Amino acid sequence: MSTRQMGEKVQRREDPRLLTGNGRYLDDLGRGALQAAFVRSPHAHARIVDIDIADAWELDGVEAIYTWEDLPGRVAEPLPVLIPHPAMTHARTGYCLARDEVNHVGEAVVMVVARDRYVAEDACARITVQYDTLPAVVGVAGARDGDRLVHDDVPGNVAANLRQEVGDVDSAMAGAPHTLTLELAIERSACMPMEGKGVFGRWDADDGSLRLYSSTQTSTGVRAAVAAKLDLPLAKVEVVTPDVGGGFGVKIVHPWPEEVLVPWAARNLGRDVKWTEDRREHFVSSAHERGQLQEVTVGFDDDGRLLALDVRFWHDNGAYTPYGIIVPIITATQLLGPYKPGAYRVEFWSLYTNTVLVTPYRGAGRPQGCYAMERTMDAIAEHRGLDRAEVRSRNFIQPDEMPWDHGLMFQDGRPLKYDSGDFPASLAKLKALVGWDDFAAYREQAEREGRRVGLGIGCYVEGTGVGPYEGGHVQVETSGRVNVATGLTTQGQGHQTILAQIVADELGVPFDDVHVTTGDTRRMAYAVGTFASRGAVMSGNAVALAARVVRAKALRIAAEALEVSPDDLEIADGVVSVKGAPGTSIALKTVAVMSNPLRYAFDESAAAATQFAGTFDPDTPPVGDDDEPGLEGQDFYSPTQATFANGMHAAVVETDPVTAEIRILRYCVVHDCGVMVNPMIVEGQVHGGVAQGVGGALYERMLYDEGGQLLNASFMDFLMPYASEVPHIETDHLETPSPLNPLGIKGAGEAGTIPVSAVIASAIEDAEGFPIRSMPISPADLWELRRRHAASDPDPVPAQEGPR
Amino acid sequence: MSQFAAEPLLDITVRVNGIRRTAAAPARRLLSDFLRHDLGLTGTHVGCEHGVCGACTVLVDGEPARACLMFAVTAQAHDVTTVEGIGHDPADLDPVQQAFVECHALQCGFCTPGFVTTISAYLDEHPDPSADEAREAISGNLCRCTGYQNIVAAVLRAAELRREREGTA
Ligand code: FES
Ligand code: FES
Repeated sequence: MSTRQMGEKVQRREDPRLLTGNGRYLDDLGRGALQAAFVRSPHAHARIVDIDIADAWELDGVEAIYTWEDLPGRVAEPLPVLIPHPAMTHARTGYCLARDEVNHVGEAVVMVVARDRYVAEDACARITVQYDTLPAVVGVAGARDGDRLVHDDVPGNVAANLRQEVGDVDSAMAGAPHTLTLELAIERSACMPMEGKGVFGRWDADDGSLRLYSSTQTSTGVRAAVAAKLDLPLAKVEVVTPDVGGGFGVKIVHPWPEEVLVPWAARNLGRDVKWTEDRREHFVSSAHERGQLQEVTVGFDDDGRLLALDVRFWHDNGAYTPYGIIVPIITATQLLGPYKPGAYRVEFWSLYTNTVLVTPYRGAGRPQGCYAMERTMDAIAEHRGLDRAEVRSRNFIQPDEMPWDHGLMFQDGRPLKYDSGDFPASLAKLKALVGWDDFAAYREQAEREGRRVGLGIGCYVEGTGVGPYEGGHVQVETSGRVNVATGLTTQGQGHQTILAQIVADELGVPFDDVHVTTGDTRRMAYAVGTFASRGAVMSGNAVALAARVVRAKALRIAAEALEVSPDDLEIADGVVSVKGAPGTSIALKTVAVMSNPLRYAFDESAAAATQFAGTFDPDTPPVGDDDEPGLEGQDFYSPTQATFANGMHAAVVETDPVTAEIRILRYCVVHDCGVMVNPMIVEGQVHGGVAQGVGGALYERMLYDEGGQLLNASFMDFLMPYASEVPHIETDHLETPSPLNPLGIKGAGEAGTIPVSAVIASAIEDAEGFPIRSMPISPADLWELRRRHAASDPDPVPAQEGPR
Repeated sequence: MSQFAAEPLLDITVRVNGIRRTAAAPARRLLSDFLRHDLGLTGTHVGCEHGVCGACTVLVDGEPARACLMFAVTAQAHDVTTVEGIGHDPADLDPVQQAFVECHALQCGFCTPGFVTTISAYLDEHPDPSADEAREAISGNLCRCTGYQNIVAAVLRAAELRREREGTA
């Protein structure tokens, strides 16, 4: 019997290639292609008066220079609003190249195509654009004031306003023995994958077809968008996703202007064209996330039980809304975490600012929501003098109350209904892991040593595996090789490995025989993409279903050949045999030959299959009406709703009494993503997620000045954590299988990031003894807060919001 | 015809992974671009082009150097080792590469070549590091995916594998 792969820490099969310089990332392709570079706006808000390209044309090696005026047809029209929502009354998107007006620093104005990138950049430097500058709107508070407008025709800068209410919040609040109001702020950060975006286009003039390579999280999405923009039949556009150096959300937006312009230029010029984003471009022209101001009012009883929760928040959506209002909707709904809110009302305003656009970044609105809820939980505990874990526990949805319907609509337009989870069990594990009950003694000991320490906690629930669907295709070759294709892409999550594990088990073949292709529209044209922790849930189940189709077909064909019932057969190690009589068997590769009625014995398997040919009925065709040649099958997995993973984190921090330096001493995670396909990969996802969360909590902020200039658009100034800043992460897991899908799995990609800001705020608050209401927090911020509290002049307005 | 003369090209000769390689490139060509685009050694990655992320780290005469902060001409007549020179055959991994597989020390793999070169040079000097030293050794390279924990483990495992291989050699 082959060993079961599911649940095993199988080493990744993508690694040896990537470790030896044999990876193929976007910029590794297209040697010799022409290179594109862009003139980008230096102003946050301005009208374009004139563009002078004459000087640039003089440079040797310049092949083309394009402005908006040069763009034809749909290429000249605004980019699409990918996810419209009825609450989005004022959706606005930019153009591939700015037309008349720019709305953030970094917006593309002119495209240059040249022999190489050096020449293309030289040419950009020789182009003069004259602007009429306009006042810029920066920061949520600035946008909310509404005295300056980003878009003239969008009153109050409000792109969308959405309100949901369950129960009667006003009367529940009025009846609550205690109420508290918290004003909170959280700042912008960004995905910052180590590989920026990149596009490489190849036009085949003879065939009238386009092959596009993009460093994207959705190749099918790019394909459809580019075909529409370039007015090409879908059948004439192929999109291939090569190795991708991280995504974390920013590469799900599509089409990025460059994804339209590069293939368009390739077709125009009849030459291969490539564009590789540089780091500064990534800072100013890709996307950010997280910036929100929040106001939470909560009503609760003496025991700290929630009776009413009333939340309002203002979300910074940047200059445009191509990805709709997914992020604030997620904040609004996922804020509730593992708790029953009593009555709940949430209202948000999604606001335009003259800064780069905001799209989902790992966690996608959840870190902000978790932060609002968990700050509130700590405030209730403080107010009632209760243990913070105990207050949380009293508000948990209980395991026997699952599935739990909150009565709200989630981001996918479906009910916010938790499928499974055991929050009390998770909390018990977390308390044991971090030593919750022993912390008081540790704190006293530390105090005696002159050290200041604090313990923080944060709980969350994460909607993962959202639909609409994902597909799988499985094919067994006559060599025994099993080819698996799914359309979603991969950016380092190990899909090649986990999908092979699943198929190996479902089909009964050795893991080493299974080969997985992702994100190639030539192999699977129907797909959605890799985001929202959906890869394993969606494609994992899709390839499992496809493997079951193939398995059923293999059993049917083998049963005929062996003259037994399919029910009496099993498949293991690539061999179909009669249960209990392993001598009577037929290799799966031979079944693959037999599935495709023989004309030519082209290889050994084919020759071997002839012995099973038997007699045939001359009155029926070799391939029946309801059959197809080949041992292959395809299926799609489409769920009714999202699965809900969950987890809880705790951290011990130390704050320096003099310098206010903040150090994370311990970081503990209890995580439940249902059945784990590969615990090693899940663990890696948790580590990476926490590291990004630590960045967001302590270091990363987008430092815009009041003119809308991003002052820290480099790795020198935007501080991403190195190994020296990320703590060792201690983990424990709980597996409550999802009842929603055949494999019982839930997503694991984003969980690590979600509660970190909340947990660190909680721990610092615990160490310092005054509330933390604004994140991220630097030593300088903490020092200033200490000064204010010592002077009993706490700043009522969150300190870090807006220009600084 | 353009009024500006085309940029003069120099024949630049660098010993890369033990082999003398020559290509014509302008004086301002970065070593990272020279390796990647002129010599086709795309294992060396570019994550920032301003010397902070370490993805482009190669060894120049055995010492780690940021290939994005050097001109190719400066490497003329020097020895450069890229990740391909550490080990280029996926079926025959060097101890550092093998340790990365075993410890799940990479996800997207984009930062990875820079870690492999950095760690190789480090272990040459410090064959038996502690966990803290291992963390310190990699703290000049950015990784956005792994959270570093498994890379620290890989440094320790690589040291072990190197010793094992020496023992059996
Ligand atoms: S690319 Fe050279 S250090 Fe980042
Ligand atoms: S593995 Fe992706 S950046 Fe390190």
